[in-house]
Amino acid sequence: MTCRLLALAALAFATSASAETIAIVDARLMTMTAAGEIERGTIVIRDGRIAAIGADVAVPAGARVIDGRGGTVTPGFIQADSTLGAVEVSQVPTSADRATHSAAISAGFDISLGLNPDSILLPVARLAGITHAVTTPLYDDRGGRDLQFAGQAAVIDLAQRPDMVTRPRAAMVLEMGEGGAERAGGARGSAIVALRATLADVRHFAANRVAYDRGEGRPQRLSHVDLEALIPVAEGRMPLIVKVDRASDIREMIALAREEKLHLILDGAEEGWRVANDIAAAQLPVILDPLADLPRSFSELGASMENAARLHAAGVTIILKTGSGVAHRARELRYGAGNAVAWGLPYGAAVAAITVNPARVFGVADRVGSLERGRAADLVLWNGDPLEPLSQPQAVFVEGLEKALTARPLELRDRYLPSAR
Amino acid sequence: MRGRAFALVAALSVAGCAAGERPQPSATPAVERVPAAVRDAFPSRYRAPAAPKVALSGATVLTAAGDEIANGTVLMENGKIVAVGAGLSVPEGYAVVDANGKWVTPGVIDAHSHLGVWAQPDSVDALNDVNEMTDPNTAQVWAEHSVWPQDPGFDAAREAGVTTLMILPGSGNLFGGRTVTLKNVPSVTMQGMKFPGAPYGLKIACGENPKRVYGGKGRSPATRMGNVAGYRKAWIDAADYARKWDKWEKGGGAGDPPKRDLQLETLAGVLKGDILVQNHCYRADEMAVMIDIAREFGFRIRTFHHANEAYKIAPLLAKEDICVATWANWWGYKMEVFDALEENAALVHAAGGCAIIHSDDPIVVQRLNQEAAAALSSAWRAGIRISKADAIRWFTANPAKALGIADRVGTLEPGKNADVVLWNADPFSIYARAEKVWIDGGIVFDRGDPAYRRHSDFLLGQPGEIR
Repeated sequence: MTCRLLALAALAFATSASAETIAIVDARLMTMTAAGEIERGTIVIRDGRIAAIGADVAVPAGARVIDGRGGTVTPGFIQADSTLGAVEVSQVPTSADRATHSAAISAGFDISLGLNPDSILLPVARLAGITHAVTTPLYDDRGGRDLQFAGQAAVIDLAQRPDMVTRPRAAMVLEMGEGGAERAGGARGSAIVALRATLADVRHFAANRVAYDRGEGRPQRLSHVDLEALIPVAEGRMPLIVKVDRASDIREMIALAREEKLHLILDGAEEGWRVANDIAAAQLPVILDPLADLPRSFSELGASMENAARLHAAGVTIILKTGSGVAHRARELRYGAGNAVAWGLPYGAAVAAITVNPARVFGVADRVGSLERGRAADLVLWNGDPLEPLSQPQAVFVEGLEKALTARPLELRDRYLPSAR
Repeated sequence: MRGRAFALVAALSVAGCAAGERPQPSATPAVERVPAAVRDAFPSRYRAPAAPKVALSGATVLTAAGDEIANGTVLMENGKIVAVGAGLSVPEGYAVVDANGKWVTPGVIDAHSHLGVWAQPDSVDALNDVNEMTDPNTAQVWAEHSVWPQDPGFDAAREAGVTTLMILPGSGNLFGGRTVTLKNVPSVTMQGMKFPGAPYGLKIACGENPKRVYGGKGRSPATRMGNVAGYRKAWIDAADYARKWDKWEKGGGAGDPPKRDLQLETLAGVLKGDILVQNHCYRADEMAVMIDIAREFGFRIRTFHHANEAYKIAPLLAKEDICVATWANWWGYKMEVFDALEENAALVHAAGGCAIIHSDDPIVVQRLNQEAAAALSSAWRAGIRISKADAIRWFTANPAKALGIADRVGTLEPGKNADVVLWNADPFSIYARAEKVWIDGGIVFDRGDPAYRRHSDFLLGQPGEIR
């Protein structure tokens, strides 16, 4: 197996997907479309696009054939709530662009600007089958805990190319619950009032732009940059990712979203299973960490390994993530999904929760998250069950580009391998 | 030597009392004549459970002594493993657990845990007792005095097959304090969890943490060279202290003994070999310096913890017989862990060393088997042939060695304590969950038992689930 992997890796170095026909044959195909799971099928990739996919697809003459026997092809995984591309070393602040403590820029912070396609973290995540991430601002409370919004998230690809932003400004990020309360003066009642007041300010700003431009608007808590950024949120055009865990906080946010006509995405929701029917009725998607099973705060007393399974069973669209703002440990996404399966989530739902669900929720489902004819190939061939640690990828395509199965840690490994053997 | 032999007798007599009453103070304060470092001031009150005869039958058994046994049988009696083998017939009187299609391993041992000392809810400052960051040398503090046995994390770890843990102080100081080894049994007191007879450890920290903490306070150490000066000064003081006690003991205990000093007592215990050095140290070059410091002062380092660059000096660590407790997936959160590899444990193992997968985390402790699977997978990717029968040692037999308790736990061999996990699947699979867990032959977790309840009082009457 190892020799085969090495050969494939060498091959990947030598060739690019463009201007070439590649056929992955005899693999299990998890299409994440109406075509479902194809037990043994073929994918033909021509010039980086999926030219054919199915059980009875002929291999074109001259195609480079990748043997997928015993393996599985999935869409590239999408790591939600990540800081990939915006951090190199977590504790080296100058290597990180994940958060701002500017008093004038909170909602206005646009993480899609200034991302680093050369980050050594991207190929490491790719080796775990991740081809996209929702790069999401974090809070930096050094400037005083009064920032309401963390900023705007972006969907990025991990191809390591200059244009790495799949979708900029894909969602606004807001922490409520404990964190929101702390930033709003120490109480939840203060945070919710502050949020409503902000939305009223934004609407007033949007309706009176000319007056504000003349300097005649009413006084605002937020800068014009922040107000500007919040207009699509207040109008329900931009999703608002709200980080909350406690069941009561989730209920508050459901009520607020209904009244204010906001387009919400719940993030965290560790007690989500306790209000699963409310979330399902409100049709809110939930981003959650399937391994968060400890009462790490008084907002997470109900944390449970069965959160994912119970929310799914209630009809909630779930997205699985790895921790909060994950970057280096993004490679554990597939293990988290496997654990969710061990704790009752159906296998197909777990794969959907790291592919097609985040693609839909973040508005990039026309490009990634499923395997469809005509699309740029964004997929991974695994040598076994993709959720098992003992499986490894054999080929990775990011939006039509075949990527070598290398990363800086593997180069380091090879430098020291002989002395250990 | 005489003093030391006397101390051992004293320690044994105290350990023998563990299952009974606390020893009465005798008329002559003999304890005052015992070298202080080996005195047992907070003795284990752990009571081994009633242990019925149990036979696990038909399982795939990973013994952690080198074997993977198909259709294996494991016999437990009186809290000990009495037999392990393929297709053994079960003698009369054993309760048989049908383990067909399931897997059996030794109890999981976490060589690096802060459960109890940084308890859940861990965002609550009141429950954070892990790091006495008031001086770069706090060798005088003992982690056991911070342990809160009601930490819900103990329950979660037990349900994941973790039977033994070493609890360490944090890494903010050069000398963080003493470690304590616990059996992961439900208990209201720390003493009720304390592993009888397990040696103490001394937590030492290299690198960024101490220099950041104290440099930030405008005092030494502010640099790595400041760290090393701090270690060496402490060992000089400890050697001096040990000499004074030796002199007093050689004099037959005549006259007043030297005044006890808790800080120096722990350090002197290391110099005497009674206390094991558990050294948080990431970088290869720093580990090499620590090895020289140990040589300078005549002690041994038992384990480098985290040690993400161990692969760069794997042959040296194997030659020095120093274990490496590490992760597969953690990297990049600070400069000294920039060069971490998934393959670290495998490269240490391949060089003939003692590799350990540890947690340092209340979530990772619940899936050390999965962390080991990721490490094993990276080995296979690199073309390094390591079997599951070998890799199982990374979270069982090897941490037992690092903790100095390998004569009692860590493998499934006759005579060992019956710390056993029954898994519903191959423990190197992401889908495997611990089904039943035994400590000293007593069942401490049974997923199928409707009467099972979590031990921690904390979640009782709250929204959390207690089973």
